[in-house]
Amino acid sequence: MEKHVLLVFPHPDDEVFASGSAIQWSQQGTPVTYVCATLGEMGRNMGVPAYANRETLPQVRQQELMEACRQIGIDDLRLLGLRDKTLEFEDLDALADRLLAIIQEINPSLIITFYPGYSVHPDHNTCGEIVVRAVQKIPVEGRPPVYCRALVKNAEQVLGKPDITWDVSEVLEQKIEALKAHRTQVIGTKNGLGERLSKQDTESMNWFRFEHFWIYKEAIE
Amino acid sequence: MQSIRKEDVQQALDRLSNQQVYVHLESNQGAYTQGAYPSANKGPFHHTGVFIRNAGIRYSHGKITGDGPFRIGLKMEFGWVYAEGLTDWEQDDQGRILFVGYDLEGRLAVALDLSQQPL
Repeated sequence: MEKHVLLVFPHPDDEVFASGSAIQWSQQGTPVTYVCATLGEMGRNMGVPAYANRETLPQVRQQELMEACRQIGIDDLRLLGLRDKTLEFEDLDALADRLLAIIQEINPSLIITFYPGYSVHPDHNTCGEIVVRAVQKIPVEGRPPVYCRALVKNAEQVLGKPDITWDVSEVLEQKIEALKAHRTQVIGTKNGLGERLSKQDTESMNWFRFEHFWIYKEAIE
Repeated sequence: MQSIRKEDVQQALDRLSNQQVYVHLESNQGAYTQGAYPSANKGPFHHTGVFIRNAGIRYSHGKITGDGPFRIGLKMEFGWVYAEGLTDWEQDDQGRILFVGYDLEGRLAVALDLSQQPL
């Protein structure tokens, strides 16, 4: 059983990549902390029909994120206050230090993030890189394991089979409800997560049902 | 947000001319042009996008043109601010003027925000 799990993702709704697992940890009494780097300020979905705009979207998405966390059972949400799309241009070492301070504070037994370089969106890749940099600042014997989601199509060809696959069928309904909290992004939208949500076919359901992770070995060696 | 009516927009643009305003200007095709989601797998695609946020400018006159989608040009002392494909707009409770152009799937594709205070 995990002692404390830390999720690190850049955008509200990215937690869907580990939210089934997070629900299960929460149900077992394991505290889950979620560091969310931005508020997805540059998102293109404003609701269907649109009810947010470029300037109100951050506040709307923050409320959505807080509701999603409530449903998942995450009671410790930390917002880094960075801006969507700009992570890769920040001082990454300074960001790693900010994350390191959180890691040292909560002392997680496991960290979950995106696989650096294999997660499609520059913010995703940078988020993973910051996590790895932060962990590498810790003496080897004290480093928590880092499990990564990879999103590129050829992930298995490059990285091999995922090291860990969790079947979250038992909490699938709850996971999907928590995703629906991100209303502007998924309700009625025809792309991305909204597309997966509306399809309800086997492929989409399996995508929600199984959470695949690769252990980032360079982080712990 | 509401559909653009040129006469209303023109009045709003006139209201902010010849003073310091802060601009958010964005052209956005989205980040998921491959891999992550089924609809993103449409084959080779050259992804582009730009934004500038809180550029301080002053325009001598601004004009809206077109029959929808619309274009806006703001003439500055040494240059221009330009946006095309605009469909909807609003003036919010802080006096900011927000323009957006939605693509055929209803997603933001272009945005132009004007504010007397930094956004």
